[in-house]
Amino acid sequence: MKMPDLNLETIKKRPKIIKALRKIIPEENRGDNIIEDEDGLKVYECDGLSAYRQLPMLVVLPETTKQISHILKYCSDNDIKVVARGSGTSLSGGALPLADAVLLGLGKFNKIVDIDYNNRTVVAQPGVTNLSITEAVTHNNFYYAPDPSSQIACSIGGNVAENSGGVHCLKYGLTTNNILGIEMVLMNGDVITLGGKYLDADGYDFLGILAGSEGLLGIITEVTVRILRKPDLARAMLVGFDDIVAAGDCVASIIGAGIIPAGMEMMDKLAIKAAEDFIQAGYPLDVEALLIVELDGPKSEIDYLINIVEDISKDHGARYIRISNNDSEREIFWAGRKAAFPAVGRITPDYYCMDGTIPRSKLPEVLKSMNEMSEKYNLRVANVFHAGDGNLHPLIMYDANKDGELERAEDFGSEILKLCVEVGGVLTGEHGVGVEKRDLMSTMFTEEDLKQQQRVKCVFDPEGLLNPGKVFPTLHRCSELGRVHVHQGKTRFPDIPHF
Amino acid sequence: MSSVFSPNTLKELLDCIKLACDKGDKFEIRGQGSKRSWGRPVQNCSILDLSKLSGILFYEPRELVLSAIAGTPMKNITETLKDNNQYLAFEPPNLSFLYGEPDNHGTIGGVIATNLSGPRRLSVGAARDHLLGFEAVSGAGEYFKSGGRVVKNVTGFDLSKLLAGSFGTLAAMTSITVKVLPHPNKSRTLLVRGLENKVAINTLCESLSLSLEVSGAAHLPAGIASKSSVPYISSSNSSATVIRLEGHAPSVAARCKIAKEVWRQYGDIEELHTHNTEKLWKEISGIVTFLDQETDQIWRISVPPSQGADLLFKLKEKLKFDAFFDWGGGLIWLSESNETKYSERIIRQVMSEQSGHATLFRASNKDRKNFDVFNPQSNALMNITRKIKKNFDPYGVLNPERMYEGV
Repeated sequence: MKMPDLNLETIKKRPKIIKALRKIIPEENRGDNIIEDEDGLKVYECDGLSAYRQLPMLVVLPETTKQISHILKYCSDNDIKVVARGSGTSLSGGALPLADAVLLGLGKFNKIVDIDYNNRTVVAQPGVTNLSITEAVTHNNFYYAPDPSSQIACSIGGNVAENSGGVHCLKYGLTTNNILGIEMVLMNGDVITLGGKYLDADGYDFLGILAGSEGLLGIITEVTVRILRKPDLARAMLVGFDDIVAAGDCVASIIGAGIIPAGMEMMDKLAIKAAEDFIQAGYPLDVEALLIVELDGPKSEIDYLINIVEDISKDHGARYIRISNNDSEREIFWAGRKAAFPAVGRITPDYYCMDGTIPRSKLPEVLKSMNEMSEKYNLRVANVFHAGDGNLHPLIMYDANKDGELERAEDFGSEILKLCVEVGGVLTGEHGVGVEKRDLMSTMFTEEDLKQQQRVKCVFDPEGLLNPGKVFPTLHRCSELGRVHVHQGKTRFPDIPHF
Repeated sequence: MSSVFSPNTLKELLDCIKLACDKGDKFEIRGQGSKRSWGRPVQNCSILDLSKLSGILFYEPRELVLSAIAGTPMKNITETLKDNNQYLAFEPPNLSFLYGEPDNHGTIGGVIATNLSGPRRLSVGAARDHLLGFEAVSGAGEYFKSGGRVVKNVTGFDLSKLLAGSFGTLAAMTSITVKVLPHPNKSRTLLVRGLENKVAINTLCESLSLSLEVSGAAHLPAGIASKSSVPYISSSNSSATVIRLEGHAPSVAARCKIAKEVWRQYGDIEELHTHNTEKLWKEISGIVTFLDQETDQIWRISVPPSQGADLLFKLKEKLKFDAFFDWGGGLIWLSESNETKYSERIIRQVMSEQSGHATLFRASNKDRKNFDVFNPQSNALMNITRKIKKNFDPYGVLNPERMYEGV
């Protein structure tokens, strides 16, 4: 993976940079909040995509918006790159450090600033974990809907940067659909506020652009999220099929019947077995595909819908159906699914997790091709899907200690993602582009598509100092993205009919 | 009379815009013209009429996705979806009556370009939340796309959000792919009469904090309620506070029951069935039944819901107006006949002390030219707005100054 050219000047200036940062961070915190020794830096050398590692030049952990503003202004004035990091759980290398960049950790921004039940909002600092937002309001029966599997650790700032999803986003949407406002610092040190405790900020939707911008546009210092009342009841069903295509059809029929479950997950045989061996959730081991369907809402609604889902499942040849009778049983149903990644980790030295999304109807076709690829690359693959929204997580199993297996796994992964794009899907449904899928962007986007995205980047960070090397295969200099000036009246296209 | 360009193909559209870049021409983009009077007037421009670029590209009901050329009339889209018992859940209203245009629901391009959402925005999100992807031609004549046709997608910057609500100032969208949803089987409206604004908004806030999945929450003060064509709303000469509950029949029945128990303390409760529910919420989203008086300015104000009633109280001290609440108190529709010079100053001043924003939603061409239509932005934000415009439309070809003076 080629990263941006090292700025040797910056590395040479390291002592000077440390000195400047010391002036910004108050004396009593300097020892803890500026990390320069190798042991200390080692902690930050990778995120959730641990195949890529790099020691940062140095780490700074600011505690106030003002400090961030000063740090960015200083870095901007001195041409120093900055990489932001929340909890470091990115699965695409979004927080991978650079050898010539300041790593700006938001871990000290860990306070919930405001809880407002009347307006159903929580204002949190970016380092607050996803789960602690829910925990802060759970005693009043509220929760924050997006629930990425890493929710115990991942930060809300990182969730905004990655536009994180989760198993319930089929019904409740991604991060972008659940945030109302942010405060952020631009690379030039300006602090801006977008939105607030009200709906639909006017003007261009910068809030929408920030969600999923992977730390390339600014540093988020505060997030206003929408909270929801917990549903009265949730029940989950396990539905087993002899045929994975039948399971896929069943998913389409449930949605086609006008039912939007809170979550709808699918696992294939290999994933079922790995999860069952690990967690003993009571999954049937003799089926080819297992669906977990969760319905939430008032009891009468669930009672009504669960019967319909049961009928649809039977129509599609389901031969195993189990319905949770209480919350602990429901949680056991989920436990196996939620532990599917580590479960697969137990049966293989290494695995590589993909994250493409496809139109649901293409599932049989894509599964068939994946099986063929599995033979071609001679690597096993276990499949876990967010079936309701077509988001696939094939887990390619390999052994990094065996010569060439990592490369084969990566090639296998790339081929899967290219297939996803070919059938009308996308490279990443929730894990982000980061460094991992950066070089595949051109399979989905033309040069012009990517240029338009980079023109947004140029507005927020014209020198390309924020998180360079991520998302875009080549980051054009902003001056290159300008257009050739056309003199008025001089027609470049004289042959075009003026109609 | 400004000249009209009506491209028949994408290629012709590209050529039009490229040519305009060369010649220094400027365009007002138009679909069916149903919302021409929303935003600042675009003056001294040729018309770029996109209504010929029309048609549904694909519609897959089981995938809950529809893709259409941007100039496709909303009428076609709504009818196509209706045949499959589906709909655009964000409930885009027909504004042509409000703007005094011939009855038309505009185009899907116009709906997305204005991020136009109705009462159900409260529970399902805005138009922007349902836009999955688009193709467009930038102001520099470059054809590009973003997003796709699947809901779960974080590949690259989400330009769909930027284009939604940009009023055609960045690019001319050519195709639009949206998420569609199954139409609820049943809908009911609960109504309680005679509540003061403040009590009513508190009641709505309380209802929205229960697990009722409320899909509409509005309050119509007495003078407004009396204009409704739904007799239950208009007959009693008092205010009407309403919530809408939709979904599968047993669920709606159960939720109605819970809501009634909570609401009992506020007075007698009426339950409106499907027909009246549809009629009422069409009036609430269309605004015109409640606020239309030809000379009036109409304002759209979005604030934290719990502050809506206090805001009106503050304004009432200085201004004469009619108003009602949607979005649980968070959206205020206000009409006034004062001199705009005066009312604009008052409203902007009150809003400057308060979180939220106000849009001069309807006013004369002259007023929309002379006064800010959208909430003025901070310098730092305006700086970004200007640069975004410049980077997508470097020669200022598309809808110049439609949102902000000089942008």
